[in-house]
Amino acid sequence: MRRINHGGSCGDSCCLRIQDLSVRIGTDKILKDVNLHIHCGQMVALIGPNGAGKSTLLKAILGQREYDGIIAFSAPGMRHRKPPRIGYVPQSPSFDPGDPVSVADLFACCMSRRPAFLGLGRDMRDKVIECLERVHGEELIDKRVGSLSGGELQRVLLALALEPLPNILILDEPLSGVDVEGQTGLMDMLDEIRKRFDLSILMTTHDFGMLPQYANKVVLIDHGILKKGTPGEVLNSEEFRQVFHRKGGCV
Amino acid sequence: MSIWYWICDALPFEMMHWDFMKNAFLAILLMAPLFGLMSTMIVTGRMSFFSDALGHSAFTGIAIGCICGVAAPTWVAVLFSVAFALLFSWVRSRSNQAADTIIGVFSSAAVALGIFIATMGGGSFTKYNKYLIGDILSVTAGEIGMLALVLAAVIIFWVVYSNRLTLTNIHPALASSRGIPVGMTQTIFTVAIAVVVTLAISCVGLLILNSLLVLPAASARNVSRNLKQYHLFSVLFALGAGIAGLTASYYWGCSAGAAISLCLTLVFAVTFGFRKARA
Repeated sequence: MRRINHGGSCGDSCCLRIQDLSVRIGTDKILKDVNLHIHCGQMVALIGPNGAGKSTLLKAILGQREYDGIIAFSAPGMRHRKPPRIGYVPQSPSFDPGDPVSVADLFACCMSRRPAFLGLGRDMRDKVIECLERVHGEELIDKRVGSLSGGELQRVLLALALEPLPNILILDEPLSGVDVEGQTGLMDMLDEIRKRFDLSILMTTHDFGMLPQYANKVVLIDHGILKKGTPGEVLNSEEFRQVFHRKGGCV
Repeated sequence: MSIWYWICDALPFEMMHWDFMKNAFLAILLMAPLFGLMSTMIVTGRMSFFSDALGHSAFTGIAIGCICGVAAPTWVAVLFSVAFALLFSWVRSRSNQAADTIIGVFSSAAVALGIFIATMGGGSFTKYNKYLIGDILSVTAGEIGMLALVLAAVIIFWVVYSNRLTLTNIHPALASSRGIPVGMTQTIFTVAIAVVVTLAISCVGLLILNSLLVLPAASARNVSRNLKQYHLFSVLFALGAGIAGLTASYYWGCSAGAAISLCLTLVFAVTFGFRKARA
């Protein structure tokens, strides 16, 4: 039986602090008064119905959406005022099946100044293999990104997000489009990476069955935070039942 | 130029002994890598229709230049195309409409404005045929020099920008998360297409410009597995179709532009037939 540490007080080293955050689109308030602390080495799951503002919150953290309030990063060894490194795996990452872009090309475009169309040098290829080994995906290096299965693509994008090693890893619906077996494999891998690099992970998901086993903290969101706590506390709460219209709420 | 002329004279082909064919072949040698490279990103970024619309805006710019009595209307057309491209980027980023709808609006307006200006006061449309059909057989040494400069600029641009352009085109959200300014990158590429299309239009003409900007890469996609093959095949297909088209036009007495376009179409058909399961 896996033993995981739920919670962690604010006295712990805080990696991401969100305070009084609000996001508007025109006159509509998509998010209001969001307060959230994520500690180093924690896996935090954002849950909520479609249109609740989960992806909007991630975009605000990524700096892709304007917001009111405070989003602050800090981590051991992180210099003051230095922008944080955020690893990001986007939602339903779909690539055109016809694009002649290999996994190696994708890494080269992200990591190298040498134009990818000239081919990868030996050093760069070794570096890509090293990155893919972190997600047990070194055999994918010459595959086209458009031909990868959902699980393979998530692993590749995860390897990409881990290079350079980020201060926080953000995943938007990483389990969507992945079969059940692949979901367990992916969550095991995320858990392994979290422990190995003491990495904070923030992810959105609709697959609540995985949460008790893997998440340290679950945040229920619907245009604001309705409930946060351990997976058991949130999934068995009245707020969860009201949002998802589920009797009992036990997952 | 004299070295090129000397090489052509040494070749055992009768057609290569004519100065207009020597110039045309040199122009093709420059345009093949130019359009081969540009087309890879235009096709990946789904900007084929946009590059066609830019050709129309260039024609309008030339019409404006002519009506204003400017000695070199091409440069007026470059300015107009850049303004057109920037305005298009601005409207697209602030509209919920699909990109092809916005392009349709701009394209119609540009064509209408060009014809309106060209025919104002009962003016003749004939003098603009050079830009509509184009004639690579009448390309001048000055135009070849300009193509060489444009090619050099595009190669430098490609070396510096191709990685972030590729990432922006295949997955904007991922590119943004890697710190790439997606909007700015797209705008810079849009302006680059505007400049290249407008400068090349007098050499190849509006009608075949789009085929040169789309077909080499479209064919290369059929048989490529990675970016290196994609760029290599695209340039080779443009080069092969260019040489074959010029040769066909010489022996059959047809339009060189149309022959090159048809050769590119043939390459696409063949590669489509040979496309393999690319794992």
